[in-house]
Amino acid sequence: MPRSQIQLKRKGVSYAKYGYLFSLPFVIVFIIFMLYPTVFTAVIGFTDFKGVVATSFNFLEKPFENFIGTLNNKTFRASLVNTIVIWVMNFIPQISLALLLTAWFTNRSRKIRGQGAFKVLFYLPNIITAATVAILYSVIFGYPVGPINDILQSLHLISKPFDFSTSPLAAKFVVAFIQFWQWYGYTTIILISGVLGINPELFEAAEIDGASPSQTFFQITLPCMRTILIFTLITSLIGGLNMFDIPKLYIWNGGPANTTMTTSVFIYAQAFSGTYLYNRAAAASMIMFMIIAVLSAITFYLMRDRSEIRAKRAMKRIEKLRKGAEA
Amino acid sequence: MRRRRKVNIGIYIACVILGILSIMPFWIMIVNATRSTFQIQQNAISLIPSTFLADNLKVLAGKTFNPLTGFFNSVIISTSATALSVYFSTLTAYALVAYDWKMRQPFFTLILAVMMIPTQVISIGFYQFMYRVGMTNNLLALILPAIAAPMTVFFMRQYMLPSLSLDIVASARIDGAGEFRTFNSIVLPIMKPAMATQAIFTYVTSWNNLFLPMVLLTKKENYTMPIMVSLLKGDIYKTEYGAVYLALTLSVLPLFVVYFLLSKYIIAGVALGSVKE
Repeated sequence: MPRSQIQLKRKGVSYAKYGYLFSLPFVIVFIIFMLYPTVFTAVIGFTDFKGVVATSFNFLEKPFENFIGTLNNKTFRASLVNTIVIWVMNFIPQISLALLLTAWFTNRSRKIRGQGAFKVLFYLPNIITAATVAILYSVIFGYPVGPINDILQSLHLISKPFDFSTSPLAAKFVVAFIQFWQWYGYTTIILISGVLGINPELFEAAEIDGASPSQTFFQITLPCMRTILIFTLITSLIGGLNMFDIPKLYIWNGGPANTTMTTSVFIYAQAFSGTYLYNRAAAASMIMFMIIAVLSAITFYLMRDRSEIRAKRAMKRIEKLRKGAEA
Repeated sequence: MRRRRKVNIGIYIACVILGILSIMPFWIMIVNATRSTFQIQQNAISLIPSTFLADNLKVLAGKTFNPLTGFFNSVIISTSATALSVYFSTLTAYALVAYDWKMRQPFFTLILAVMMIPTQVISIGFYQFMYRVGMTNNLLALILPAIAAPMTVFFMRQYMLPSLSLDIVASARIDGAGEFRTFNSIVLPIMKPAMATQAIFTYVTSWNNLFLPMVLLTKKENYTMPIMVSLLKGDIYKTEYGAVYLALTLSVLPLFVVYFLLSKYIIAGVALGSVKE
């Protein structure tokens, strides 16, 4: 910020101390409530700390015992697989629908009306408490009496009520559907605003060159949105890896055969319901922490000077289009 | 031209269906809240409300689900957390934008680095720490951490960079205003739109939070709304369909009101959040 530097020098007084002073509340709270718990979680991962009344703990002789134990734990492995499967089952339809809606809503020749109202409707499920949504869906997909079973029976698609919570595939499908239903509106709005952020000159140039709407979408819109798409992918993945409310409450504790048990539900179950294996839960948490840290490092790298990179790329594309038009 | 119109009609139909898909579960929920358990068992879907709202309320009043307690605890936590988060995030952003200090760049890098780390993965250490200092059933344990909200600081900084003119700050200095007063009386008003957007999202996120409150709060009188809702999964509600639907409705009513009053700003806020530059 060269401007402020000039001002500071002119005044002959240093205001630097206020920078430290004003960020002090953040730093203090960050150290107490984030940094310390993180370090503490990591430390517990190397100890024998368990039991509901335990307050003291000792470091293990084999320091990585909890981590190895967790990685070899069948339930943990299953929960990691479940988490990823449910996330994929939700993300692929979600990003596809969001892209389709984005293509429709930003198409300059279609001029779809009522976009504001549609966005309000699509986003609605996202703002509603996930706990409520989970219980609501468990009643809607209820067995033997529930709205979905009612509809399917009156349409004669099934002859007797279907239990959506005991079939492993159906249970995963419902959880993935709820995630999809809650998040596609959010993703659509993000993508649309991404398209609106693209330099309009690019679209004008494409129009002059006689590109069809689908050509414009695939050759200009999509490539320009690469960063925002990757950003959406990674943030969704991080969110998906922490999925807790829906799988926890749709079927209590991940279902009879752990079919919807996610890693967060696993960690919660290890530490806070019955077994009190804080050390194992801490080790599982740190494994998730590492995975998320890697993912957020990628996002961090991408967001660095994003505007600059985008501006450069836009210039290059315009250049290319001009050359194409001249040729 | 005609083909395009036909395709457009298809698009409108698809959008209307998706819109119905968004509303339908809530509609079933609200209508069934007014129907008796017997009616629901006969026919789980009805578009017409019935007259059993009061009866359902009576059933609910005799059980553990207490919407008023949940509501008040959630209001206390969400309101305090939002106020602290928005104020201190703006202050931290101001430190990052207006002053030139040695650690400024490293500090900003730190904020970017921890922005994505969810509190859930450090919950074991957090719980044990709170347990040791006797804060497990203290609402402050859920309020105070809001002072350090990296995501909000990042957003505030991005908004402040182009909209706050440092000349104004400099002229306030010449007029003899202290740095802290300048922030409160000049910078805060400029940041109002960004603060409003962040306030909405912080409030909703805090209101909907389930994991940490569920870990920390063990006493019934401290339960937040989402924990109250999670009780509905228990066996005593197995056969009380009407009451369960009513309880769910009560738990989201405040959100519905807020959403339909502020939907314009919320949608704009979501879009803004994505253009983080």
